[in-house]
Amino acid sequence: MAVVELFGTWFSPYAYRVIWALKLKGISYEYIEEDIRNKSPLLLQYNPIHKKVPVLVHDGKPICESTVILQYIDEIWPQNPLLPADPYDRAVALFWIKFADDKVYLMSKLYQADGEEQRAAVKEWLEMLEVMEENALIGGKKFFGGDEINMVDIAFSFVAHWLGVLEDVVGLEIFEPHKFPRVSSWIQNFKSIPLIKENLPDADKMSAFSKHGREMMLASKSN
Amino acid sequence: MAGELVLLDFWPSPFGMRSRIALAEKGIPYEYREEDLRNKSDLLLQMNPVHKKIPVLIHNGKPVCESVIQVQYIDEVWHDKAPLIPSDPYQRAVARFWVDFIDKKIYELGSKIWKTKGEEQANAKKEFIECLKLLEGELGDKTYFGGESLGYVDVALVPFYSWFYAYEKCGDFSIEAECPKMIAWVKRCMQKESVAKSLPDQEKVYEFILQLKKVFGSE
Repeated sequence: MAVVELFGTWFSPYAYRVIWALKLKGISYEYIEEDIRNKSPLLLQYNPIHKKVPVLVHDGKPICESTVILQYIDEIWPQNPLLPADPYDRAVALFWIKFADDKVYLMSKLYQADGEEQRAAVKEWLEMLEVMEENALIGGKKFFGGDEINMVDIAFSFVAHWLGVLEDVVGLEIFEPHKFPRVSSWIQNFKSIPLIKENLPDADKMSAFSKHGREMMLASKSN
Repeated sequence: MAGELVLLDFWPSPFGMRSRIALAEKGIPYEYREEDLRNKSDLLLQMNPVHKKIPVLIHNGKPVCESVIQVQYIDEVWHDKAPLIPSDPYQRAVARFWVDFIDKKIYELGSKIWKTKGEEQANAKKEFIECLKLLEGELGDKTYFGGESLGYVDVALVPFYSWFYAYEKCGDFSIEAECPKMIAWVKRCMQKESVAKSLPDQEKVYEFILQLKKVFGSE
């Protein structure tokens, strides 16, 4: 049987996307933890262009970029499909996945910002959440994927778990549940799924790790 | 299957060109509607409320937004002619990776070349050439990125050729001198009617850029 390997880091939302997809489809894989400050020669060989995680290696062949990986997984292992079968519905799903992908940078933007930049970053976050609120759980759906999660839910997962950690690290409440009731319901639904609940990086550990990194970064910025 | 097909577009947009090429490759008739981006139509705002951007492909009244998604949609719906996306899942993943690379790098770096000066421009030029060289590496000895016929990566990349003259004039460099294989590939693509008819004249694009520079105040 073909070997599946996943290179990731313990806190990466992108790596978790792939972990969930593999587990949803019941695919066994070997997980390799990478140290971002000391990347392995193997990672650099498999992803020479971006030198990033996650990388999925299937039968010795590397696939890079989490959304590319997810589509590959969905096509190779069609059980528990992560995208709609109808081409138009699939185009709509891919639109929202791209929207989410284009917004993940807001994580590092907020993390790195202080002062005026921070205010601008918060404003962008709120705009993003408003779009999500308008388009989430339409027609009484539990998830973007309907009754079950799909690739769109997975793409927005950074809002469900990593945003909370970020708020703790920067000391700001950006997501007020009463202002975003639909997104709030979606987050609760998403995090209640056993497969998701049992496969999330520890929030306290991430918070401590990120706070330390942020202190150092801001200190060197003001020097 | 054809139904009513409308493309909301703006003539110099490399993203719009992608969908034009895909539709032309497959010989699909459609209505092209030019948008004035300073005065966007109600239809555009209704069909793409999230981003309010072109291109938007409207098929039987339903919008498909984002050029990369449009090309994939066109390829899936009109799958019997001129397939653009590889049939092998691994090759498909490779093609998607490079389209993602093009989307992350080429437009932004190209924009920096015509918008900025001095060190920022110099850095953008350097990185732009490096990216083109990486793409040359991926092309290798193939006729097209798609092999013997035009593929997903070709369609995603070749529109930027219409902006090369503008980049070269603004950045005072020659892309052909640095990346001859890339230009050779471009010329092969331009021999295809679907590509030649979908790309505007480079000098026209340059004039358009000069007007934009005045607006941005970088002259």
